[in-house]
Amino acid sequence: MKFGIVVNEGPYQHQASDSAYLFAKAAIEKGHEVWRVFFYHDGVNNASKLTEPPQDDRHIVNRWAKLAEDHKIDLVVCVAAALRRGIKEENLAQGFRISGLGQLVEAGIKCDRLVTFGD
Amino acid sequence: MSDAKKFMFVNRKAPYGTIYALESLEVVLISAAFDQDVSLVFLDDGVYQLKKGQQTKGIETKNFSPAYRALEDYDVEKLYVEKEAMEARGLTEEDFLVPVTVLSRAEMGKLMDEQDVVLSF
Amino acid sequence: MLHIINKSPLTGSTLDSCLNTATGGDILLIEDAVYAATRGSAVEARLRAAMGKFKVHVLMPDLDARGMGDRLMEGVSPVDYGGFVELTVNNKNCQSWL
Repeated sequence: MKFGIVVNEGPYQHQASDSAYLFAKAAIEKGHEVWRVFFYHDGVNNASKLTEPPQDDRHIVNRWAKLAEDHKIDLVVCVAAALRRGIKEENLAQGFRISGLGQLVEAGIKCDRLVTFGD
Repeated sequence: MSDAKKFMFVNRKAPYGTIYALESLEVVLISAAFDQDVSLVFLDDGVYQLKKGQQTKGIETKNFSPAYRALEDYDVEKLYVEKEAMEARGLTEEDFLVPVTVLSRAEMGKLMDEQDVVLSF
Repeated sequence: MLHIINKSPLTGSTLDSCLNTATGGDILLIEDAVYAATRGSAVEARLRAAMGKFKVHVLMPDLDARGMGDRLMEGVSPVDYGGFVELTVNNKNCQSWL
């Protein structure tokens, strides 16, 4: 099955991004495709390359990028939400791209299931 | 339209306290360009998003409520409010910025079941 | 339909909203909503009463993380992330009650 995932909260502050990541990983392990992850609201902060968690903590940003690279997942950050919160090409982490809200609607149309993680 | 999916946008949060209501509306406006079967539903505190007479000058924030009136121009015409949520907040249909269809909880639950994609904010 | 809840039932009304509005189907409790699946809480009876109408599941990694794995209420089915994926596959649609 083709999955789309929506992440509406930033990393560390809220569990949403962790839950979404573990869901995506489990879907892939079961042989499903995660076609796109769309980051909206404060979720755009998951794409900041300035993120530096303590050594003994998980690196949420890099973890998404690695999963995307290994399994060809399209990580899309909403441009309007990103600009509001100071996420731009210059501080965008590798593996993510900035695009419009149409990408979220398209994920709803093209995926068999769209699962949202937020507050 | 035959292959259009049924999209439902669920609004359960009040405006201004958080940005969810505003950014949800932005998605709805974009979704109109994709020729899908779009419904907007308002449950719980989401009902407050539609209250007439929002005056935001004092909080120095943009009043985005007029945008609900523009939905019609985007052919987004299915707006549903849950009756029990509306009544619990002392509101009636006359308090809303735009015409809505008021549904009972049971009718609302049935409408949710019929959807292909449910996006909640 | 799969209904996903992520808020504690003791501080918010999200679980109640879902139980009141949804017609039935599967409920999955994740994140802080897992407290709803524990024995001895003030909302235990509320969830138990809903079990005829809904099949209730709880995400065990979230319950275990909170030290409440030993309080799992009878009748609630424990799932891991793989089980979460299965629930989304087996239902035509899903809604996160944010």
